[in-house]
Amino acid sequence: MNSASSSTAFLLLLRRDLVLAFRRRAELMNPLLFFVLVTALFPLGIGTSPELLKAVGQGVIWVAALLASLLSLESVFRSDFEDGSLEQFLLSAHPVTILVLAKVLAHWLVTGLPLLIIVPLLGVLLDLPGDSIKVLMLTLALGTPVLSLIGAIGVALTVGLRRGGMILSLLVLPLYVPVLIFAANAVETAAAGLPITAHLSMLGGLLVLALSLSPLATAAALRVSLS
Amino acid sequence: MISRFFHQLGSPRYFYRFSGRLIPWLAVPCAVLMLAGLYQGLVVAPPDYQQGESYRIMFVHVPSAWMSLFIYIVMAAAGAIALIWHMKLAEVIAISSAHIGASFTFLALITGSIWGKPMWGTWWVWDARLTSELILLFLYLGVIALHNAIDDKRTAARATAILSIVGVVNIPIIHYSVEWWNTLHQGPTVTKFDAPSIDIRMLIPLLLMAVAFKLYYAVVVLMRARCELLERERNTQWVTELVESK
Amino acid sequence: MSYENTDNLMTLEGQGLECIRDDRVLFSGLDFVIEAGQTLLLEGRNGSGKTSLLRILCGIRLPEDGAVTWCGEDIFSLGPVYHEHIAYVGHRDGLKLDLTPMENLAMARGLGCPNPDASPEDALQRVDLVGFEDIPTHNLSAGQQRRLALARLLVTRAQLWILDEPFTSLDVHGIELAEELFHEHLFLGGMLAMTSHHAVKLDSARVQRINLSA
Repeated sequence: MNSASSSTAFLLLLRRDLVLAFRRRAELMNPLLFFVLVTALFPLGIGTSPELLKAVGQGVIWVAALLASLLSLESVFRSDFEDGSLEQFLLSAHPVTILVLAKVLAHWLVTGLPLLIIVPLLGVLLDLPGDSIKVLMLTLALGTPVLSLIGAIGVALTVGLRRGGMILSLLVLPLYVPVLIFAANAVETAAAGLPITAHLSMLGGLLVLALSLSPLATAAALRVSLS
Repeated sequence: MISRFFHQLGSPRYFYRFSGRLIPWLAVPCAVLMLAGLYQGLVVAPPDYQQGESYRIMFVHVPSAWMSLFIYIVMAAAGAIALIWHMKLAEVIAISSAHIGASFTFLALITGSIWGKPMWGTWWVWDARLTSELILLFLYLGVIALHNAIDDKRTAARATAILSIVGVVNIPIIHYSVEWWNTLHQGPTVTKFDAPSIDIRMLIPLLLMAVAFKLYYAVVVLMRARCELLERERNTQWVTELVESK
Repeated sequence: MSYENTDNLMTLEGQGLECIRDDRVLFSGLDFVIEAGQTLLLEGRNGSGKTSLLRILCGIRLPEDGAVTWCGEDIFSLGPVYHEHIAYVGHRDGLKLDLTPMENLAMARGLGCPNPDASPEDALQRVDLVGFEDIPTHNLSAGQQRRLALARLLVTRAQLWILDEPFTSLDVHGIELAEELFHEHLFLGGMLAMTSHHAVKLDSARVQRINLSA
């Protein structure tokens, strides 16, 4: 099978998943609502003094985005597993890694990207300055794809389990630590008026690493889960 | 050729007999070294000029921390062998290691926290090493949880193998990021080896304990693996014969 | 279209296959060879390992022991190269209910090696689903969905069809349609590996039966 037809398969699957998401567009709102709700819980829990919110706001938004991304990710292979499509992917004439990449990308476009767009709204809720919001969006743009790629490995490992949700978070959250650290620190550093090139390069490096290694691990994990 | 060699070494029956004979040869040196190490560490080694006697918990803490990382790497390597050559023995070693590794990690955390109390005045500080160790504990617990969640033992072994390989790639990244985060948030904390060179009377017990811990791991992993193998192979002829002969 | 042109020496061979599930040996030491135009028909009670064997033939499941080879090469080392040659219809149809039959077939075609002689429209016609091109698949009846799953076989150039109870939920007419597809596929030099509770009308000289309960 040549690479041209593999890229056709990639585009076909990407399109298919976007069409499917569009036909179930009512569900697209759910991770967004979760994101907003979790963020809104924090002022209720820790108090509403503006200095406090300003100090923890970026971190709160990042943790909420991380949880929203994890929760929505659980469904990335679920329906394909249940109706047998996943078997067909494993039996495809194209490398499974390419198909995995298409699925994760489609999933990020419909669940990760909207998180980015809603961040300014949350920034206003937590009284963050405009510059912080910009940096926040930048780090989310680099960081959430990494979360999706790492999370996909965990989802692939747990997709065959009846109660996979709790285990999934146990598997994946420790692996999310570096992304959270670099991203949350970038926002903090930027707020102090210092350059954040180093942070962004680290996040970019993590993204490249995840892009190249995670599809391999995900494909292997899917094979194990379906055997 | 290589796979045939592994196949023979990995034959559960052969391994069971071989490891049964090996265990005493590891257990005795382990006990001797551990007693020697404890004596040297608790009696012979001088008190620290800064921390007095409280530093002596290091002789348990530091080897445990070393073991926690070492066992994770062994587990991932065994997992990789299990994935590539479908070797039952490697699957069993990997999952037996997970439990022991988690215990060592827990021990390192507890002793670190006890050591921290006189040093920092509190049981827990978000010190880089302790934080890394905490995340490592979660990585171990994830491996164990995944293994327990999957009913079919062979599927479980292959799934945990993938997870531990992913973990091993991530550990340096996690370690580096935590270290970096720590320097930003804490400023320089009291490092545990602030002297430029450690006293030889402290180094000897430390190394004795480190070797003793390694031997202890070897003994326990073999014992666990033997149990696990018997359970998995309970329907085979060699286990039936073994049980009948006892 | 004839499959013979693309591959003259097509053989699927199982050597010493063993399968264990939940500590129970389902089968062991299983050997077989099938060639172009032949059918491997698996028989046996429920839970005797028919589905497991089909999944081993697909390369989804690992045999406990033994190997499956395609034209003499292990299917696990062939990977996607082997998958170009097979099409699988399992217990589950592998269809997306929110997509139309046309979209489902287009995806199936893209995942495999597209068959230049059969467009999705042709395939729908062969399984008598003309007129259902553009309605969501969840509006189709169970039998129609099964026929759509079988139409997936036609849109790629797969020579080996691996079918797990293909006649499930098909009516008499549907079974006739399916048998017609199988006959044509075998006539053109294709191969079948299947399980079925129904008696299948096939040329018995070219059918190898394996009874897993025996």
